[in-house]
Amino acid sequence: MSALEQLYQQIILDHSKHPHGVGLEVGEETSHQRNPVCGDEITLALRWNPAGARIEAIAWEGAGCSISQSSASLLATLAEESADEGAPWTPEEFTALIEEFREALRSRGAIALDEERFGDAAALSGVSRYVARVKCAMLAWVAAEDLLARRA
Amino acid sequence: MGTSTAAPFTGAELEAIRAQFPILQREVQGHPLVYLDSAATAQKPQRVIDAESSFYATANAAVHRGAHTLAGEATELYEDARLTIARFLHVDENEVVFTSHATEALNLIAYALGNASLGMGGAAAAPYALKPGDEIVTTELEHHANLIPWQELAARTGATLRHIPVRDNGALDVEVARSVIGERTRVLALSHVSNVTGQVSPLAQLVPLARAVGALVVLDSCQAAPHVPLHPRELDVDLAVFSGHKLYGPTGIGVLYGRAEVLDALPPFLYGGSMITTVTMEKAEYLPSPQRFEPGTPRIAQAIGLAEAVRFVDELGLDRIAASEHAVAQRLRDGLSVIPGVRLLGTDPAAPRVALASVVVDGVHAHDAGQFLDDRGIAARVGHHCAQPLHRRLGATASLRLSAAVHTTAQEVELALDAVAGIRSFFGAGGSTP
Repeated sequence: MSALEQLYQQIILDHSKHPHGVGLEVGEETSHQRNPVCGDEITLALRWNPAGARIEAIAWEGAGCSISQSSASLLATLAEESADEGAPWTPEEFTALIEEFREALRSRGAIALDEERFGDAAALSGVSRYVARVKCAMLAWVAAEDLLARRA
Repeated sequence: MGTSTAAPFTGAELEAIRAQFPILQREVQGHPLVYLDSAATAQKPQRVIDAESSFYATANAAVHRGAHTLAGEATELYEDARLTIARFLHVDENEVVFTSHATEALNLIAYALGNASLGMGGAAAAPYALKPGDEIVTTELEHHANLIPWQELAARTGATLRHIPVRDNGALDVEVARSVIGERTRVLALSHVSNVTGQVSPLAQLVPLARAVGALVVLDSCQAAPHVPLHPRELDVDLAVFSGHKLYGPTGIGVLYGRAEVLDALPPFLYGGSMITTVTMEKAEYLPSPQRFEPGTPRIAQAIGLAEAVRFVDELGLDRIAASEHAVAQRLRDGLSVIPGVRLLGTDPAAPRVALASVVVDGVHAHDAGQFLDDRGIAARVGHHCAQPLHRRLGATASLRLSAAVHTTAQEVELALDAVAGIRSFFGAGGSTP
């Protein structure tokens, strides 16, 4: 697989064409993030359990390149899977995950995302070789981080 | 632009030109570099790199001050650079102001007009003062650098900002311009060549409209200067700007041309040393142009590098450069317009164009398309190219831009067209996908 094919794995292309978690509700708290370089945009919301302690789902809307859009979709999928398995994320768990994601993406190819932890989102590992695209992949995760910081 | 009768470069001449650009020797992603991003910044011939470096190695000193030998040599080199630029533009030396970039040159004009509007510059500057009810006219296709300074100037002075709209084919709407430009118009600021479509603006139709009402005409020639002979007096504009780095020169240098009468009347924009005649604790008096607009230690090495770039262009001949690039422009446009699912931005058959073209690839974001090209060693620009209003007008958020230079070969254009044709299938955006 060429570096370009590693960047654009089928999972990524599929998620960018058929994204998961799209659809925000009127009035819910969101974080809007933009990548002014290429115009990528993500508006994202965290859906909390009734106790407000764990994240049951992530919803978003956006436009932009396949990396930014698939990354948002893969994040929403990962959150949903954790919730379905009976282990919805606490803010602390999610924060740690975002940090791990950022570290791998900024590693210039040195660190691969752990498939156990990141599921299909591990396909985004290929982005780390392309410095100019890291911001695209981070966009949804930064939006989530912003919302977590507002609660802290 | 193809109106010239000059001969295009022969294959041997083109090879000799290419040999002057050291960066063309390098590989990208395992392929020879195909540099098609010259509209963002041009690559530099070795002689430009040498001119800048040699100044630092042999003659570096602050200009216009000091009595030592180096100060004299540096001043001479710097003023020779100004003379070279003046001859290139067919204007007088005192009509050439060096700035940090074209953006600064445009801001300089806007701020000088703003200062005139505050009453600075006395009676000489008064005719340039703007007030509520006055209108500044720009166009829908401007680079943000020739839009935002006017938005801010309008906000500061109470003047109204209006614009000439763009038609579906990317052309400025001359008919609407006739009603937009009127008695209230004080400034017309427009692009010489669009940095998105590569289409040359109909200056022969638009400039007289502004002239007829006595408006100041400001021309952004950044995308024209590397491709077509630039003659601000023949174009009948008051002020024109271009950037050095798009003309094979260094970064950090821009040029402002202004009619002497206008420049000498406008109050300065930046204030400090090197621009004054007499300073007391209360006030200062200013030198005429160009010094009044060049406070502080100027961009000496950059100006010298730019002069060398201008000599490089002059020796090749802009008429021959235009003739050679005409074929490239034509092939780019024709080749791109027949690729399925690829939409060319700017399709005015009547407009002359320089060798740049932007496309929207159906179902594929420009950033992804650019990545695909990069994998083949092709450098292209993706995004809105600092022209969001034009992209919005043409129904695109971002585009993929291919822009050629004097060193671009027909084979490179074919490689780029072939790559663009492969984008949709790689990303699965072909036929069956809605």
